Amino acid sequence: MLAKRIIPCLDVKKGRVVKGVGFKGLRDAGDPVELALAYYEQGADELVFLDITASYERRRTLIDLVERVSEVLFIPFTVGGGIRTVSDIRSVLSAGADKVSINTAAVKNPAIIEEASRRFGSQCIVVSIDVKRVYVAEDETPAGKEVLETRRGRCWWDVYIYGGRQPVGMDALRWAERAVELGAGELLVSSLDFDGTKQGYDIELLRELSRRVSVPIIASSGAGNPRHILEALTVGGADAALAASIFHYGQYTVEEVKRYLAEHGVPVRL
Amino acid sequence: MVRIAIVDYGVGNLKSIRNGLRKVGAEAFVTGSVEGLKDVDAVVLPGVGAFGEAIRNLADMSGVLRSLVDAGRPLLGICLGLQLLFTASTEGGFHRGLGFFRGLIVKLPSRVKIPHIGWNTLEILNPGCVLLEDIPDGSYVYFVHSYYAKVEEGVNVDAETVYGVRFPSVVSKEPVFATQFHPERSGKVGLRVLENFVNYVRR
Repeated sequence: MLAKRIIPCLDVKKGRVVKGVGFKGLRDAGDPVELALAYYEQGADELVFLDITASYERRRTLIDLVERVSEVLFIPFTVGGGIRTVSDIRSVLSAGADKVSINTAAVKNPAIIEEASRRFGSQCIVVSIDVKRVYVAEDETPAGKEVLETRRGRCWWDVYIYGGRQPVGMDALRWAERAVELGAGELLVSSLDFDGTKQGYDIELLRELSRRVSVPIIASSGAGNPRHILEALTVGGADAALAASIFHYGQYTVEEVKRYLAEHGVPVRL
Repeated sequence: MVRIAIVDYGVGNLKSIRNGLRKVGAEAFVTGSVEGLKDVDAVVLPGVGAFGEAIRNLADMSGVLRSLVDAGRPLLGICLGLQLLFTASTEGGFHRGLGFFRGLIVKLPSRVKIPHIGWNTLEILNPGCVLLEDIPDGSYVYFVHSYYAKVEEGVNVDAETVYGVRFPSVVSKEPVFATQFHPERSGKVGLRVLENFVNYVRR
């Protein structure tokens, strides 16, 4: 039976792991290769490295990191952050990454999804979507937006780019469907409303997305405890859960979370 | 040390299989030419890309691969590498394969999410298979694929996996072995599969 995946996410800046709250206020949390191995030993199913370096020399640092990780890590890993062109994708994959995740570049130039998935296969193209709820009044239905009734009120989900800094004014559910049509092999969905809050994932968003798209969904942002991960994988219908803080600071190990999921009937690799 | 050539037929990540084979004690290197296959102890056909393009890029090498196998050199196909060893594939048209195993490569049923990405279990049918030594039944291994092999009678299926359909995840006809999963991405279980292959090469 296909197992649900637990994916620790390592935010990397200048070759070091950092993790912010709500994508701001970063704290240094260690060496990426060491952390990657520790998660591998704990039973992580995959890892995601998100490069948030904005400097000029970033590309070389990232490729070095991918090569070093690839030598010691024998589970799949994804690299994202600042990937703009097909040639960026090629260099990350040939350095040893299994998948790349693209976000801003995909929004600005959706054709990159099509070209990259044709060249390298859909399975290695993860489209990452950062979203934020836009609440609307009872009688309001903005054109081109999918408005849903949620527990917190009527809303649609706007897409954000540039690391969550800039709203696009584009419906996230429709963007997700388009990305899949263009060849995205997986969707990594982060909610800016929930990121860093430890209040749980945006379950209503996940449930609607998994109803609409046929590719695996990786839930991200908001995990504060194993119960939140359980909800994302069951009620939310996600195929994998990505989390950072709850693992980085030793609050829970990957194995503890997986044991909890197994006790609640979720198939996991133990 | 055994010398293992990893065949480069175009695109994608070959580092992880190379690193995996090195980790279990082989001298592994990547080659895209017929000359690179000279004096090797074994060959790995890795698993990246699309069938049609891969088989086109392999055209020059197919004869050499056949003679290496005829000479008893072990060959391991991984993922797309497994599929390339079959008679033909329906991925993006109809393409003839290398024909080491009889069967057709077809798409996974649409009732499940495609690609099949993630960790799934091995149901071991032949515990005596060289690749599966010390691998417990029900072990999780990592899959990434949209197509699978519909084997004809007479093909040795050593392990199966269920995802919408029951498909072969390990097939063999010594000295040719193939896995639909990625041993180089399957953690400790996967490294053991690679080690088993290297031990077989060394025998």
